[in-house]
Amino acid sequence: MSQFLDMFLIGISAASIYALMAISMVLVWRSTRVVNFAQAGMALLSAYIGYELVSRTGNFWIALPLAMILGAAFSAFIEFFLMRILLKHSNQGPIAAIAPIIATLGLLGVIHAVIGFIWGHGDVQLQPPLSKVGYSFGDTTLFLAPMGLFVICFVAALLIIVTIVFQKTNIGLALRASAYAPEIAQLSGVRVSGIRTLGWAIAGAAGAAAGILQTVNGTGGLTPESLEFSLLLVFGFIAAVIGGLESLPGAVLGALILGLVLAFVQIYISGTLVFIVAFLLLLAVLILRPQGFLGSKAGRRA
Amino acid sequence: MLRINGLTVSHGAIRALDGVTFSVEKGGLTAVIGSNGAGKTTLMRTLSGLKSADSGSATWNDHNLLHGKPEHHVRQGVSHVSEGKSVIPQLSVEENLDLGALWRRNPSEAKKSKAEAFELFPRLHERRTQQADTLSGGERQMLAISRAYMARPQLLLLDEPSLGLAPLVIEQIFQSIRHIVDSMGVTVVLVEQNAMGALKIADFGVVLNLGTIAASGKASDLIADPAVRTAYLGF
Repeated sequence: MSQFLDMFLIGISAASIYALMAISMVLVWRSTRVVNFAQAGMALLSAYIGYELVSRTGNFWIALPLAMILGAAFSAFIEFFLMRILLKHSNQGPIAAIAPIIATLGLLGVIHAVIGFIWGHGDVQLQPPLSKVGYSFGDTTLFLAPMGLFVICFVAALLIIVTIVFQKTNIGLALRASAYAPEIAQLSGVRVSGIRTLGWAIAGAAGAAAGILQTVNGTGGLTPESLEFSLLLVFGFIAAVIGGLESLPGAVLGALILGLVLAFVQIYISGTLVFIVAFLLLLAVLILRPQGFLGSKAGRRA
Repeated sequence: MLRINGLTVSHGAIRALDGVTFSVEKGGLTAVIGSNGAGKTTLMRTLSGLKSADSGSATWNDHNLLHGKPEHHVRQGVSHVSEGKSVIPQLSVEENLDLGALWRRNPSEAKKSKAEAFELFPRLHERRTQQADTLSGGERQMLAISRAYMARPQLLLLDEPSLGLAPLVIEQIFQSIRHIVDSMGVTVVLVEQNAMGALKIADFGVVLNLGTIAASGKASDLIADPAVRTAYLGF
């Protein structure tokens, strides 16, 4: 029983971080039709910035929101100064679909290089602000620790805020309209290019939170070559695809499915199979339900 | 007043509009008719800022329509309902309407426009919480026109509102367009493949043929003109 509960809790806390990553992929995809591979680097950079802010302020609770704001600003900067120009000038011929994606890959390399340049290639430690010793009841000790509980609650709170912003505010309506039908949004008076930048900014904030939470909830160690964040990107992408790539609730649902399935594999089968199972899950969804669980019925628009 | 002078627009190597010149007085309903490929949709897309022109000029009052994006023109009182039921199916009816007034800074005025739109099309009020993809073709067209109306336009560009609709529904939509012109003081330019229907409700007519103006004048005169009748009205 406690093993099953552990599986569930491991699954949920992993899923919350995948969900943030998936949301940032979906937001970027919806606003500019680009799959942002640099998101892995941006999350890693945010984790380093979080480390820097913690060591300067000594307070994780200030560092986290500050790093999210900086992540948003950096992401908006990339959209405004790189993507906008790229999408404007390489919008014809066979290169149009691929150029922005390759550019994000290139950017990923640049970010890794910059991190190495600033913080060196050694290991730095971002200390978790809360205990990672699991809660215990009588003689059973759960996997869930205060740190993990914070991750789940923080992400849940972020998701509620994002839902309210998207569903109940004017900015949210403009964001949705620009994603579904940019031309109609434009004809309705929405300044679509500004809204695009805003979409990237929100994605950057979500990615920054994902990077920091992944680090403090994991080993706490950071290196510029860290593979962990590339895996996080892949898992976030898989979650987004399961959800339909267009839908924010879909991204969260995809993250939950992925997190729980992987936790099940990890606990009951073998931790080494996790990546293979994730990949098989992606293939299964792409073959059986390519529009994802909450994707549009008409299928994905180009 | 809408003034279009020597307007020339190309799609790659193909010239879609070739020196189009006409003007529209404030307050009337002008129908732009012509067969498929005459350049009607290109004309509308150029006036609303979706398409850029090669040469010529187009102004609404003192506002240059050939410079700036559509969102800029909307703020100057020019709204465009593009071809093919331009609503966002994933949004609710009310959200589609609200979208049209997002840029307006005064929420109470926007609310008033919404009440007027609901008065014009009570069906939309009944369905305000429904998602727009559950609407019929006619209701979608009503929603598209209302969405543009929410921007409180002075000049409304309508591209083929009758497309794919049943005759009774077309009649209702045309009456509503006439009402928008007469009671709400909006200048309307209506592009139509349904030439006879459009000329019947219009004050003025412009006939486009392969990117140039073939005829223009009072709608009643065009209907009476034998050349226009044989070539465009089919009898």
